[in-house]
Amino acid sequence: MLNPDSVGSTFAGTDSITVSQSDIDAFCAVIGENDTTIAPPTFTIRITLTQFEEILTRPEVGLDWSRLVHGDQKFEIFIPVKAGDQLTCAATIESYRVAAGNEIVSVRSDLHKGSELAISAWSTLVVRA
Amino acid sequence: MVHIGGARMIEVGTVLDEKIFYIDRALLKQYADASGDQNPIHQNEEFAVSVGLPNVIAHGMLTMALVGKYVSDFAGGSAKVIEYSARFIKPVIVPLGEKVDLTVSATVAEITDGKISISLSATSAGVKVLGMAKAVVRQ
Repeated sequence: MLNPDSVGSTFAGTDSITVSQSDIDAFCAVIGENDTTIAPPTFTIRITLTQFEEILTRPEVGLDWSRLVHGDQKFEIFIPVKAGDQLTCAATIESYRVAAGNEIVSVRSDLHKGSELAISAWSTLVVRA
Repeated sequence: MVHIGGARMIEVGTVLDEKIFYIDRALLKQYADASGDQNPIHQNEEFAVSVGLPNVIAHGMLTMALVGKYVSDFAGGSAKVIEYSARFIKPVIVPLGEKVDLTVSATVAEITDGKISISLSATSAGVKVLGMAKAVVRQ
C-alpha cells in the first residue's frame, strides 16, 4: 500500500538525462517515423516511468510496482525534445485512492530543459488487488 | 475551414483517413528495447497467462506511440503536437505468430486560436482499446 503521507510530495530527479540520437532512432523505428530530428510525442515516457518506478517503490512510499497497470496517460509538450537535450525530471504524487481493493495513483512528471518546462506528463497507475 | 498538412482542408466534424498499424511479437520486443519496458506480460505468454491475462498483450504505451505517429502525420510533424492523452481501456492481445491490427481514425473536434483538437479512435480486432483519446496540434 502506498503511504498516504507521500501524496502531494514532489521528488526531484538527481541527475539530468541526455537524450541520445540512437534512442530517438530506436523509438522512431518502432512506429515507422522517418523524421528522427524531433522525438515522437510519447518518447519521454521512458524517462518518466523510470523515475516514477524509482520514487514510488521507495520504502517510505511503498507501491508494489510488480502488480501495476497503466490506466491513462497525458502529455503536454511545450518544447519538442531533440537529441542532445539535457532533461531533469521532477515527479509529484498528485492523488491516491483505493477502489474495490485497487490502488489508484495519479502522478505528474515535469521534464525541464535548463530552466524551461519542456514536457508535463500525467499518469494514472493502478495496482491491481 | 483551415489548411493542414499542405493543401488539405478540414473543418470541425471532418473525419480523417483511417490508418491500420500491425503489431506482432517482434514489434513488442522492439518496443520493449526502445522504451526500456521489459515487463514479461508483453513478451512471455506463460507469464502473461499466469497473471490472469488471455495472452501476451501490447504495451499500452506502444499503442499510444503508434496512435501518436498518426497524430504527428496529421499535424505535419512531431514538433507540432502539443497535447496528447488517452485512457487504456482494453489490452491489444498479440498471439504468437499473428499480426494484429491497430486501426486508427480521428475526427476534428475543435479549431481555435491556431490549434486543432482531434478526437481519436483506436481499435484492435474490432475492440476499442483507447478511451477518451485526443490530441491538440498547432496549425
